[in-house]
Amino acid sequence: MLLLALDTSTPAVTVALHDGERVLAEATTVDPRRHTELLMPLVTAALAEAGASRRDLTELAVGVGPGPFTGLRVGLAAARTMGAVLDLPVRGVCSLDVLAYGVRAANPPGEPFAVATDARRREVYWATYDAGGVRTTGPDVGPAAGLAERRLPAAGAGARLYPDAFARALDPEYPSAAHLAAAVVAEAAEILPPDPLYLRRPDATPPSARKSVLAR
Amino acid sequence: MSDQPLILGIETSCDETGVGLVRGTTLLANAVASSVDEHVRFGGVVPEVASRAHLEAMVPTLQRALAEAGASLDDVDAVAVTAGPGLAGALMVGVSAAKALAVALDKPLYGVNHLVGHVAAEQLENGPLTEPVVALLVSGGHTEILLVEDIATSATLLGQTLDDAAGEAFDKVARLIGLKYPGGPNIQRAAEEGDPAAIRFPRGLTSQRDLERHRYDFSFSGLKTAVARWVETAEREGRAVPVADVAAGFQEAVADVLTRKAVLACQERGISTMVLAGGVAANARLRDLTRERCAVAGIELRQPRFSLCTDNGAMIAALGAAVVERGLPPSSLDFASDSSLPVTQVLVG
Ligand SMILES: [Zn+2]
Repeated sequence: MLLLALDTSTPAVTVALHDGERVLAEATTVDPRRHTELLMPLVTAALAEAGASRRDLTELAVGVGPGPFTGLRVGLAAARTMGAVLDLPVRGVCSLDVLAYGVRAANPPGEPFAVATDARRREVYWATYDAGGVRTTGPDVGPAAGLAERRLPAAGAGARLYPDAFARALDPEYPSAAHLAAAVVAEAAEILPPDPLYLRRPDATPPSARKSVLAR
Repeated sequence: MSDQPLILGIETSCDETGVGLVRGTTLLANAVASSVDEHVRFGGVVPEVASRAHLEAMVPTLQRALAEAGASLDDVDAVAVTAGPGLAGALMVGVSAAKALAVALDKPLYGVNHLVGHVAAEQLENGPLTEPVVALLVSGGHTEILLVEDIATSATLLGQTLDDAAGEAFDKVARLIGLKYPGGPNIQRAAEEGDPAAIRFPRGLTSQRDLERHRYDFSFSGLKTAVARWVETAEREGRAVPVADVAAGFQEAVADVLTRKAVLACQERGISTMVLAGGVAANARLRDLTRERCAVAGIELRQPRFSLCTDNGAMIAALGAAVVERGLPPSSLDFASDSSLPVTQVLVG
């Protein structure tokens, strides 16, 4: 098998190739404003590094967020399009679960923990996990202060942005496509359709009553 | 015909997800999914709503275009995509999909200019253009006069709106007189019953002084305010607002100033062909007045059918075909979409 994994739900644009045994190539660039520019060059570079062609791919995995919408859509549009063109299955995984898998892979805290990423507007996208890394609540979006009572250790950029709300910051800070690929291969993550987890409605209000243009 | 390369074009700059297939100047497919219905209750295009709709529509629209053309992806020789100008988040969906498509097919990718694409669409209707041409582009997102010296390489902006796009002005005035979004068709319908000479609304940037500084530019905010004042004054005085006459008078003011300046540009630049395109080019009064004035001025008017006037993927494929035919190098895979891409940049690097 050859799995291409990618995630654009945070400022990190991350891609990886996995052959079912191990990660053959991975690359991550952190830049919140350049997702469309970075993603496909990273994909072609990973394929070249692994000595593989696009025709060798057998499945795709994509982080479905939650995350800032514009960046999130870049990865989903790419994964869905590649899946359709190459006729490959596209597995969606909650991007917070990717971070949680990274926590377990790196340095498991041995206690319940949280994942919190930057949702802007002084809020985080968050989920909580038991000591074994199984999601217990979330994904959701809201002020980090809402999690302060539990004082969990937390991975993700949100834990760094709002240190008062968490016991301490865990690694990783950003999701890694290598973790995403490994989680899919190990069947250690819930597989979702490749649909974005927006969690917020679009900012838009129907027009209000018109204002007077005449002097009173 | 079949020895010309098959170009697939993707357009997502505003609220239409478009995928088109073109060989040379031959149209093979033009599939469009519009999110216009989702914007109605907001009275205008909501960028986030449009972007979400693009993501959902992209793959189905691609499949529809292929079915329409009776083509398979293996037949595609190159991919073209709108790199800008347009709504930033909306553009990114199309560019990301196009890059993934190009990589998955291992075919060259061309990021092209949306505005020049509107002009290229005309070639699908009436065959190759003889440049130079002046193009009047009027839509809900833009209002420009372009000078196109070479469709694949050289275009300049002669004038543009300083505030609202013409289509936005239609939307806002429609609201003022109790008509629904989108304003264009609804104002046109109301105006059919009205007298365009009953109320004379101002023509923006047509005074002698304005013509010096903004010879080919437009402004519709003053017109919109004038309509608002007129309507409000009538209401205060307890008079019924003659919706049909207001609609007709407003539509006449827009059509008058658009055509007057476009014809002026042709005359002053010695250009004998004008292309009229963009969603507002569907307006019957604008079409008629443009035809009339071009005929008087001895200018050949060219305009594509409505489905090629509004935003669509075929126009992007058509421009891509022109660029490919010229043997220009493809865009690099790391090009950025640019919401304010200048019209001088027909193809991005
Ligand atoms: Zn347009």
